[in-house]
Amino acid sequence: MNFMAASGNPQLNKHGELNHLLTIEGLPREVLERILDTAAPFTEVAEREVKKVPLLRGKSVFNLFFENSTRTRTTFEIAAKRLSADVINLNINTSSANKGETLLDTADNLAAMQADMFVVRHASSGAPYLIARHMAATGRDHIHVVNAGDGRHAHPTQGLLDMYTIRHYKKDFSQLTVAIVGDVLHSRVARSQIHALTTLGVPEVRVIAPKTLLPTGIERLGVRVFNDMREGLRGVDVVMMLRLQNERMQGALLPSTQEYFKSYGLTPEKLALAKPDAIVMHPGPMNRGVEIDSAVADGGQAVILPQVTFGIAVRMAVMAMLAGN
Amino acid sequence: MKIHIKNGRLIDPASKTDRPLDVFIAAGRIVGVGDAPAGFEPNSVLDATDCIVCPGLIDLSARLREPGFEYKATLESEMAAAAAGGVTRLACPPDTDPVLDEPGLVEMLSHRARLPEFAHVHPVGALTRQLAGKELTEMAELTEAGCVAFGQANQAIVDTQVLLRAMMYAATFGFPVWLQAQDPFLAKKGVAHDGEVAARLGLAGIPVAAETIAIATLLHLVRETGVRLHLRRLSSAAGLEMIIAARAAGIDVSCEVTINHLHLTDQSIGFFDAHARIEPPLRGTRDRDALRAGLASGAIDALISDHTPVDDDAKQMPFEEAEAGATGLELLLPLTLKWAREMQLPLVTALARVTSDPARILGVKAGRLTQGAAADICVFDPAADFVVSRENLRSQGKNTPFLGMVFPGRVRYTLIDGHMAFDGSLAW
Repeated sequence: MNFMAASGNPQLNKHGELNHLLTIEGLPREVLERILDTAAPFTEVAEREVKKVPLLRGKSVFNLFFENSTRTRTTFEIAAKRLSADVINLNINTSSANKGETLLDTADNLAAMQADMFVVRHASSGAPYLIARHMAATGRDHIHVVNAGDGRHAHPTQGLLDMYTIRHYKKDFSQLTVAIVGDVLHSRVARSQIHALTTLGVPEVRVIAPKTLLPTGIERLGVRVFNDMREGLRGVDVVMMLRLQNERMQGALLPSTQEYFKSYGLTPEKLALAKPDAIVMHPGPMNRGVEIDSAVADGGQAVILPQVTFGIAVRMAVMAMLAGN
Repeated sequence: MKIHIKNGRLIDPASKTDRPLDVFIAAGRIVGVGDAPAGFEPNSVLDATDCIVCPGLIDLSARLREPGFEYKATLESEMAAAAAGGVTRLACPPDTDPVLDEPGLVEMLSHRARLPEFAHVHPVGALTRQLAGKELTEMAELTEAGCVAFGQANQAIVDTQVLLRAMMYAATFGFPVWLQAQDPFLAKKGVAHDGEVAARLGLAGIPVAAETIAIATLLHLVRETGVRLHLRRLSSAAGLEMIIAARAAGIDVSCEVTINHLHLTDQSIGFFDAHARIEPPLRGTRDRDALRAGLASGAIDALISDHTPVDDDAKQMPFEEAEAGATGLELLLPLTLKWAREMQLPLVTALARVTSDPARILGVKAGRLTQGAAADICVFDPAADFVVSRENLRSQGKNTPFLGMVFPGRVRYTLIDGHMAFDGSLAW
């Protein structure tokens, strides 16, 4: 049994092409742009009467969800089906107390069923890397791994669909100021957004949160840190809200949802500090009245539903680029 | 059995000797250094040309995994690793299954370990029953059974009152206490140094304050109780500064660093390499550099392998779920030499940290090459490379962040009480 070198970035093959999508970190700007470019024509597929293209015909995509998710799993499923793939959904609920089969045993079994792609969600940061490395170490490099969210680490397709959305509304990344607001500490979405924005050349990426919800050393990722939301929102072009998980709404990180909303909830009054044409994004599902006011969520600046639509096109693009015929 | 080790460069840190000297052994003891005793007729001559002859290495922390974790390692496999690594004496932490908290268990382990080709084993007894941090163990009985010190392995004593009492009780009899300084609350669920790497990878961090707060507590209690404290597995520059300051204020305390923390930082985690899942966490470059300098100056007393064989199943997990620990017995010598070379330290100073200095902490007359001393000897070729590979490692634990690397220093012979425990001329 051999470990593959864990020091390199295992998602590019020796030709520099995308073999897995595990994180946005370290991906060249051209690769990100190619994904966004590839996604553009896929938005039209949804508007056809027959919403299918044959790019993944005959391929098997396994949705391997070790953590509950309805929305992400569904959008991956739709994306794969629109590419004509066979989709198998596996919801594997594992608590650390009751593990049973190991992650790699599960992956081995499914690989033996002639899988072409694993879409993996897992509660532990780095879990999809383990699967990708294991596939490589056992000569099954042709099986592609897409990270659909791992612990606090990354949610690359969410990051990419957010970039697609920003590009759709703002065209050019090079003049933007973008604010990411909320629980950065526990957010895989925030990490993927930060890497995508800095790679695509956004000159100012801000994170806005109380100190308890910011990881140590976050500024080293190339962001400006604000603890005061009003100050942080001043003059921004894009506001990216993060979801606050229920279990973190009160306790040692935050005293209450009311106080959080008062300081970090996006209200029309706070949004007025951003540029007048600023867009408001949210990865969903939203907690209205906790991180976002309904007036903003349903208002003219919100692009939250288009994000969902674009998400399918972006996931189609990723899958097509990894395994397309 | 009479042995003549000839043509070697003898380095004995205890006597600050570093020059070409032959060694003569009879009945398990050194009977002559330099000149042969009158009428010495060797049964065996070991050629140490181009080699260094030094005291067998002494490792203050090596897990043997017996009893209870034989699927990770056995006494046989780990003793073979020790001998291959030139280690002739080691202390083992009490976190076996069952825990080393009863005299019978300690006696059994000591008895099992009493083979001529096995390194001398010094069990560290549990300071509290089951390492649970609630009730004291029978320290006097455990000492009679062979325990050299008392500790908690990776477990903290959460209740400070129990900690105080445990230290008072140990101080009553003059038993040393070996503890790792890590605040259990600040370390809760943490798997990596709380810094940029953890932030980037989305791993739960353990701040340096987890170490400094615990050191502060322990130092206050040393002042209170007068117990002899050895601080295990130091990880931070700030922690080291506190120890240096405490010594300046007259507190007698010793400390150690592991080969992992001496050479690596949290950058070794790369993209979730579970080999770098180490406790306490690998910290930043400044911390590592301070530890390297501290070990060189003697502010840190000893270098340890922190040998922890982990089976592949427990390592091939997502980083945060993987078991912490790395194999180390066979890396202690090469990584001492690498550090010495990088710090431009005389070998006589560097080797002191793995021979005479740990002997002093153990409180045993060992780790020196003088007439009359037990013939625990390591003969190694400092120019030969040691390739760290699964095949080359004799330990049953094949996991280490150094896998695939090449280091200077390969053991030629290991003698324990004059008995050939490892013959590298046959093995390599």
